[in-house]
Formats: sequence, C-alpha cells, structure tokens
Amino acid sequence: MTKDERRYRQAKWDVPLLFEKSTPGQVGHWFPAPEDEIVKELGSVDELVSQKMQRKKRPEIPEISEPQIVRHFTRLSQMNYSVTQGTYPLGSCTMKYNPVINNRCASLSGFANIHPFQDTSTAQGALELMWELEKWLGELSGMDAVTLQPAAGAQGELTGVLLIREYHRCVTEECEQRSEILTPDSAHGTNPASAAMAGFDVVVLPSSDEGLVDTDALKDAVGPKTAGLMLTNPNTIGMFEKDINEIAATVHDEGGLLYYDGANLNAIMGMTRPGDMGFDIVHMNLHKTMSTPHGGGGPGAGPVGVKDKLTEFLPIPRIVRKADDSFDLDYDYPNSIGKVHGFFGNFGVLVRAYSYIYALGADGLKEASKLAVLNANYCARRIEQIKGFNLPYSQEAPRKHECVISAQQMKEDTGVTAMHIGKRLLDFGVHAPTVYFPQIVDEALMIEPTETESKEELDTFIDAMETISKEAYETPEKVKNAPHSTAFRKLDEYRAAHPRTLTLSWRMFQERLSEGKDEE
Amino acid sequence: MKRNHPYLPITVENKKEMLESIGAKNIGSLFSDIPEKFRLEKKLDLPTSHTEEEVNRRLTALASKNVEPTDGKNFLGAGVDMHYIPAAVPALANRSEFVTSYTSYQAEISQGMLQTLFEYQSLLAEILQIDVVNSSMYDMASALGEAARMASRIKRKRPRFLVPQYMNPNHLTVLETYCESADIEVEKVKQDPRSGLLILDDLESKLDDDVSGVYIENPSYLGVIEEQVDQINRLVHDAGSLLIAGVDVLSLGLIRPPGDYDADIVIAEGQPLGSPVSCGGPLLGIFGCKGGTRVIRQMPGRLVGLTQTKEEPYERGYVLTLVPREQHIRREKATSNICSNQALMAVTAAVYLSLLTPSGLEQMSKTIAYNSNYAAKKLNELDGIVAPAVGSSIWKEFAVRFEDTTAQDVHEGLLERGIHGGTILSDSFLDFGESLLVCVTELHGKQDIDEFVQTVEEYLTEEVA
Repeated sequence: MTKDERRYRQAKWDVPLLFEKSTPGQVGHWFPAPEDEIVKELGSVDELVSQKMQRKKRPEIPEISEPQIVRHFTRLSQMNYSVTQGTYPLGSCTMKYNPVINNRCASLSGFANIHPFQDTSTAQGALELMWELEKWLGELSGMDAVTLQPAAGAQGELTGVLLIREYHRCVTEECEQRSEILTPDSAHGTNPASAAMAGFDVVVLPSSDEGLVDTDALKDAVGPKTAGLMLTNPNTIGMFEKDINEIAATVHDEGGLLYYDGANLNAIMGMTRPGDMGFDIVHMNLHKTMSTPHGGGGPGAGPVGVKDKLTEFLPIPRIVRKADDSFDLDYDYPNSIGKVHGFFGNFGVLVRAYSYIYALGADGLKEASKLAVLNANYCARRIEQIKGFNLPYSQEAPRKHECVISAQQMKEDTGVTAMHIGKRLLDFGVHAPTVYFPQIVDEALMIEPTETESKEELDTFIDAMETISKEAYETPEKVKNAPHSTAFRKLDEYRAAHPRTLTLSWRMFQERLSEGKDEE
Repeated sequence: MKRNHPYLPITVENKKEMLESIGAKNIGSLFSDIPEKFRLEKKLDLPTSHTEEEVNRRLTALASKNVEPTDGKNFLGAGVDMHYIPAAVPALANRSEFVTSYTSYQAEISQGMLQTLFEYQSLLAEILQIDVVNSSMYDMASALGEAARMASRIKRKRPRFLVPQYMNPNHLTVLETYCESADIEVEKVKQDPRSGLLILDDLESKLDDDVSGVYIENPSYLGVIEEQVDQINRLVHDAGSLLIAGVDVLSLGLIRPPGDYDADIVIAEGQPLGSPVSCGGPLLGIFGCKGGTRVIRQMPGRLVGLTQTKEEPYERGYVLTLVPREQHIRREKATSNICSNQALMAVTAAVYLSLLTPSGLEQMSKTIAYNSNYAAKKLNELDGIVAPAVGSSIWKEFAVRFEDTTAQDVHEGLLERGIHGGTILSDSFLDFGESLLVCVTELHGKQDIDEFVQTVEEYLTEEVA
C-alpha cells in the first residue's frame, strides 16, 4: 500500500433502505391536520371527495422518526464524493469549486419565497437580476439577446436548434428543405440528440488528423439541405478550432447557421467570443462555467444567446425594461418558438451565476479562463510523459481547458484500461476523469482540472497517475481490481441492467424477492 | 488581476513554475492558436470584481426589491405553490456532499447520491402506484412534452396526442414546443365549462388509430377532481392509446393514485415536495410509467438500479442503469437529449417524502382538501361571487368568478391590501368570465381564509358598490 493510497479512505456505513427501517407508528414530522371548526362546517371527507375517487389503501411508504431520517441521509452524504472533498477532473463537466456565498444568496428569502406569478410590480428585484444577467451573458458570448429559460445545457441545445428551424421557416423559407444538422464526430452526445429531437437528420463530420473539424469533409457535407452546424470551440479534445473563420464562412455561404455548444466556454472567457467567431446561436452551461453546483446531476441552467436576426424567435416571456426603468414580462412575440419551461427557467441557479460573475468581474472571469488553460496544459504535458500515456493529435497545439490522454499504450503493454485507471484514481481521493470520450480517441481519459485546483492538488493528481502507471507495469492486477479504499468495491452494472435482475424501486425489489428471483 | 482572487488558488510563483515545466513563455502563448482577428482586445462590459461582502450586499439589495408574500396572504398557485418546508429537508438536501457532486458515473464513491435517488424512485412509485419512476426531469411542463414523445415512440405512426381543453396553459405551450418538431399534433378534448369534467363523447369521437396518448389532469388545472377516470381508462385503452395522467403528489393521500386507474405514464410537479417556489425554478419533473422492460427502454431520463458488488462478499449497492438509452451512447437515436436533470430536487423530495409517512400524506391531502373547500364555500357566500366557478369537487385550487367587476381590478385591489389573490384566469380562458384561480394549501388556516374572504368582501363593497 502506497503512502498516497493510505491518505484516502471513504466513510462507509451500513445504510439499509428507509423502507427496511420502517416501524409502524413512528412519524417523521407533524403535518397539519384539518382544523376542527373547518371540519365541523364542511362535514365528513366524503362531502369533499366522492368515495369512488378516494384512495382505498394507504401507500406503503416508510414510517420513520426524524432523528433516524437525519442520520440516514447524513450517512449517505458521507458516502458521496463531491467537489468540496477533492479534485474532480471530470472532463467537459467543468467541476470547479462552488463558492459558498452563491448558495447563501440563492436561499435569501426574497428570492426563495417569491412566486413566479406574483404581480411584476412585486418582483422587480428578480426581474432586474435576470435582465442584468442576460446582458452580461450576451456581452461575454458576443450575442445580442439572451433567454434564461432553458433548464439545462441540453435544453438550451434543443432551444437553439428549434430557433434554427424557426429561422429557416420564417426568414429563408427553406424549412422543409433544410433538414440536416452537421455535428463533428467528437461532439458531445447531446448535440446529435438535440438535433434529432428537433426533427433534423444528423450528419456526422469526421475529425482531421489534427483532431479538428476536417474542412474538406465539411465542404463536401454542407449544402442546400444544411440547416446548421453545431460546434464547440475549443472542441472536446481541448483544442481550439483555428480554422473557425473558414468553417463559419463555409456554413454561412451555403445558407446554414452556426451553433455554439457552450460546454467548453470556460476556456475562453475574456479571450475571445463565439459571437465574434461567427456563431449565430450559443448556449451556456451556468452550472459549468458560472460555478453553480451540479447537484448530483442537476439543476443546471442553459441560457441561450442569439444574434439580432434570431431574437424574435426566442422563448416567451422576454424580460423588458420599460421607459421608467421598471421591469416587466412581455409575451407578445408572435414568432417565438413558445416555451421550454413552465416559468422562467431555473431561477435559483441564475442567482448563483449572478453572484459568481459579480464576484469575479471582467478581470476575474478572464483570469479564470487563463488559469483553467494553464492547469490543463500543465496536466497534459506532465501526464504525457508518464509511461503508457500519450497525448493524441497535434503535439504543438496547446490544449485549452481540458486535455484528452490516451491509455492505449498502457492497455497494449499491461492490459490496464482507461476504466481501470479511473477506478484506481478513486483510491487516491481523486475523482476519475471522463473515460471513453470523445469516442475518436482509444482508451480516452478526458481531464479537466479547472482553475480552482491549486498546483499542489494538481501535483497530487499527477503523482497518482505516475503511481498507477508504475503499478500497471509491475502489479497490473492491483489496478484492475481497483478501487480498494472506497466505500464499495466494483459494482455489477450488467446485473443491474439485466431484465431478470432489473430493480428500479423497492416495489420491484419486493416482487423479485417474492418470485424467488433473488437470493437475498 | 492585481491580486489573487479568493476563488483562484494559482499564485504568480506557481504560474512561473508551471510555465517553465511545460516549456511555455507565458499564458498568452497557450492562446496563440486563436486567430488574431478573433482575439478580444477590448475589456468586456461586465462588472468589476467584488468582495464577498459586496456580493452579499448587492444580492440582498436585489432580493429586498421583491415583495415576499406574507404567510397566509398568498393564494397563488397555477403550477407551483407554497408549503411549509420542514427544517430537516434543506439541512440534509443542502449538504455539500450532495450539492457539489456530479452525476454518479463512479458508483463506488457515489453510493450516497445513488441510494438517495433509488429511495426517491421507490417512494414515488409507491405513492403513484406505478412501476417505475425516473430520477427526474426539469419540470412538469417538459415532463409532459417527454411523455407525449414517449407515447408516440411506443405507438408508432400515431401522430395525434389529446389533451384537456382547460389544461395548464403554460404546460400546453411547452408541450407544443416539444411536439411540433416530432410531428405530433396536439388536439384538445372538450371539457364541460360548468363541471370542469372531460366530455366523454367528445373524447370518444376523437379517439382512433391515430391517437398515441390521451393526457388528463387530476386534479385539473382548475382544481377539479376528475371523477370519470375509470370510463376514461376504458375508452383510451379500448382505442389502443396510452393514458397519461398529470397529478398532484400531495393529493394522493386522499385521492386515488393514477396507477389505480391504469395510467400508463404519470407526470407531476415535484416542487411542493420540499422545494421553495423560488420564482418558478428550479422545479422537479416527476415522471413514471408502468410496463415491462420494453416500455422502460422508451423512458427518457436517468434511472438508478439496485445491484450488488461484482465479487464476494456480495454487498447490495446502486448504479445508474439502462444507460444505453441515453444521449451520450445512443447519440441521435437516444430516447431524449436530457442529461443534467434535477437530481438535487429529487434528493429534496426524497427527504421530504421520508418525513411524510403514510399518515402524514393522508393528513396533508385532507387538510388541503378541507382548507380549499372551506375557502371556496366562504367566498361563494359573498354577493357577486361564484366559487368554485367550475366543478363541485375540488382540491387545493378552484376558480372564482366575479359577476360585477373584472378579475384584474380584484387582483389589484387585493394587492393594495397586501394579498396576492390568485392567478387571473381570463387571460387564458374566456369561458369562465372574470375569474381568478385561487390556491389554498395547509399554510392557510381558518383565520387566514376568513381574513381573505373578509378582504374580498370589503373590496367588493367599497370599490364595486
């Protein structure tokens, strides 16, 4: 056991399901009973709800007291790795530190307890915040107008491609004809999925030997059917698409629009802007770039910015500033794509993003990008020198916010795969990088350290990678059998997904037990 | 920056060492691949940097520009509503280990989140009486959009989706956004403007081989309990369509769960389960379905499954499962593009539902039923008011019609008196005259309701008479 490994030991508790701890008669909280006087006035519950519409059997949910519930979830939280515990270099997810003040601001009672349908005269602070945030995000991305409505990056993408459709329907009047969206083979999976959801056919562009968009292939693919190209820049390899001028011209000349996937925006704040590069639409992942917490998978926020020509199609309502400087909601946009969220989007997330931008300011955001890029290059250059690891594609090109390392050599030499390496890293108290993405790199480890990791923490991570390499060549089984020091050893994913053993709830578990399908 | 920012730990000294180690002259050289014409020369028109104290001050100032509705004086619903949040809920759900983690791709170090989401799935499956609940969608509106798309995937080549005429108008707009691009035609089934119930003849005449699914709300947007669920179930399933039910989870301690009347897909808004209204977001889209693996594979969103460790000693554990349905593997063939969801809101709901217990759920349902019916009855006793203006059996929300004044005037009059009186219905539906949608929950005691009714009466006598 190495020194580094000893340092990390995840808490482990035996935590049965709440259903298994249920004791009839216990209560977790006193929920209010109807007042006697009201009951007297209205009579029995049968007067309110017909017997045929009444629930016949109480749901069998747990009966548990408050102290047990508090312990239950506290123990579970201790068995959950998070940014507040350590390095989380999960590529493309931008797992940066989440400033504590952001959460405090979002839970201010004047934000948390206001209703979206309050009269706008009583929600001026919320509207001002959203109006201002729209302006800031527009400035940062080089766009003319922004909607904050999409609840996540993927919903932002859907909004964006729907805007593209609407543009071709109303402006070019070529909606039927422009049925294709182009995406590089290295694109985030959400890009093709969003394009398909909006009814487009997806045309995949191969990457060049440099790991960039192959401009010749683009020229072959683009044409009168092209509705748009979805691109992230820097791309998922972490490299800047230096031919972006040519790419934009190619797409625009053929009548298509250019969509910017903002998942990697953290690399370029204050350095360059999608709007300046020729993009017409951009989505931003506030939970990534603006440090709002990922919450175990959400809530996120995916605002969308557009150039002037697309503003009329944005979702309703739009926030407007009136002549007297007060703010209001305007639903009168007949060409709008409609709505993608029941209200105005994930407001609580928007408050956090606002706090973050206000704390860092123009200089701080720029500095954040510069340091994110420095950290990524530091990791890339140090790790590629470790035995078994390679940095695919152009050696000269600097990486941006993330780097993709290939463990193909190590796999060939030792049988240790990218997945094994990811699992072994957990033993060092470091979250695994994204593995096997982008799909164009064999045994890919996609590393995004972010600007909030100190040099010391980066060195710890790099040292761990070095140790793992040594182990792979000397005692490969140790790496293959990892993790060792986490709360749980490797879990059986095949069994979880198999139709015979698929168990998605306590109910299904009970049914399975009663059918004797499980040995438990 | 002149000095290090508290969020950015790399020092000037670090920079030097790191640049040297990678053989770069300066950080600028790491951006040399950005074509010169695209390099930003100007400084962005954004705020300057601020100390935490200044951030706190600015945000507090903005928050205090909002008028926070006083407890018991807010009757706004129409999609999200105010409930008491037990102190344990945010204390547990806001633990940083949950808040600052990402999707549980590494199950070995993420059992806390995975088990909590499994408990969420389990609690809701039991309350809804449905087989499977996913680990959350963005909100009820987009969950409905996804439900319509799922129905159309299951019932291939059926291009129509039926919805009730007086459904939540915001949900309808989102539904249309989600359906239009999938070539699904959304069509309205008539509701009786007096009873608020679905007109079964109209439903029957619209059901044919082209209909993939029929959506009902129970209680409806207007708060009416749909009494004809068994007939609807028969009609819809006889036509070979799917039944999609939108419900209120807190009503299900009293009202029949959707699984009981054979709904195939169930959606709900999870915000009332422990999350603040927060100006309408983040919310929680609850999404469940019944059926075997074939149907589950058409389900959008994330699922957590129970499994065990690969090797002895076998221990029970949890993982994300049926992942091949998802966008990062199936790409353009995925069931949905949903990736980030509302996991933290699902954690919140899990904690809330744990505290609830069967008797608590029943009490909540009954209290809300009594309070809202009491409010309707008292309002109805006033001259010039009909409440409920639509339906007779209502839960939590109900329409109030004003005979001698406009809903807008009532709204403004009440606001002047410190009451947020309800959502104006006439904006969406002209069929009910000048009316407000009033929402009454467990937060409104008898005294609050009596005061509300009295204020309405005062307004009517002073302003209208």
